[in-house]
Amino acid sequence: MTRENKKIIAFCCAESAYRAADRAGRLRIRYPDNVRVIRIPCAGRVSVLHILKAFEKGAAGVLVMGCQEGACRHLTGNIRAKERVKYAKDLLKEVGINGQRVKMVNFSPDMAQKFAREIEEMAEKIKEE
Amino acid sequence: MIIAERKPLEEIRNMLAGYKRILVVGCGTCVTICWAGGEKEVGILSSQLRLASSKDGNELSVMEAVVERQCEKEMVLEELGDKVQEVEAILSMGCGAGVQTMAELFEEKPIFPALNTTFIGMPEKEGLWLEMCGACGDCFLDRTGGICPVVRCAKGLLNGPCGGTRKGGKCEIDPEKDCAWVLIYRRLEKQGRLALMRKYYEPKNYRVVKRPGKIEALEA
Ligand code: SF4
Ligand code: SF4
Repeated sequence: MTRENKKIIAFCCAESAYRAADRAGRLRIRYPDNVRVIRIPCAGRVSVLHILKAFEKGAAGVLVMGCQEGACRHLTGNIRAKERVKYAKDLLKEVGINGQRVKMVNFSPDMAQKFAREIEEMAEKIKEE
Repeated sequence: MIIAERKPLEEIRNMLAGYKRILVVGCGTCVTICWAGGEKEVGILSSQLRLASSKDGNELSVMEAVVERQCEKEMVLEELGDKVQEVEAILSMGCGAGVQTMAELFEEKPIFPALNTTFIGMPEKEGLWLEMCGACGDCFLDRTGGICPVVRCAKGLLNGPCGGTRKGGKCEIDPEKDCAWVLIYRRLEKQGRLALMRKYYEPKNYRVVKRPGKIEALEA
């Protein structure tokens, strides 16, 4: 598979990561274009099944991006997301997919650089294998 | 309720080797509550099976279904309808009773258990289930303050505790587990029924339930 069709799915919390992505766009920060950003109301909305389905449909990497710990708009959504990502890693390992292909990242809305960096890192990771 | 655990993926995949179209059937009752075979677990296992087989370069079509109570024939038939005809094998995520109910209904299809059925128990807190009853057929709970010594005492003693109770009321075989007889003592103490502890109980008749168990209502 070429890099172009090795997709990354980034589930972005509307309160933090999505705004960081938006800001990255406005600041014209470059990041790989094989990422598909999906806006969600809270990282806690992402279930293990969403993550598995993304891989089933051909994603090579999944990022779950939520608020900083302690700053979740919905109190514990990001903590739940962290647990689910951990669980998803185990489920993926069981089927022989590297657990590093799914990652939880915490943001505040101004972290545009970090957003670009995380996408870049995941793009590198999926290129390696 | 019945408590069960999912088998490792590898074991499940070995059972299914060679089949190209399967139906994964969950149960919406006991095994949903113990997170082993409900709708969510059906989704996760089906997804894992698809991912694993496409990684190996094999085609595997996985259909999903959940029956409200897999141990009731009517419910199974109503929910599954013609779906069974479309597949080569069925993977049940019900307890052993569910697996066998379906095996009886769809005799022409191989049926495989995705779970290990472990015990009759209750949810203690989120994500923790404890064994409560061994279905011995001759309930003893009237004498023990509602705490079953048959399964909650590691040795199944009817005249406990044994000499091995640890400080703090834990069991000698596992410091994480409560000594059932300490629990029984405290419960009876609360109820002012400690005199029951002084009684000696004859060995229980464990042959009350003739296997295979069968109960018929007087009027049906
Ligand atoms: S098949 Fe029946 S006994 Fe078994 S888990 Fe489902 S409802 Fe419970
Ligand atoms: S005494 Fe027998 S029937 Fe009663 S709870 Fe214990 S195992 Fe179950």
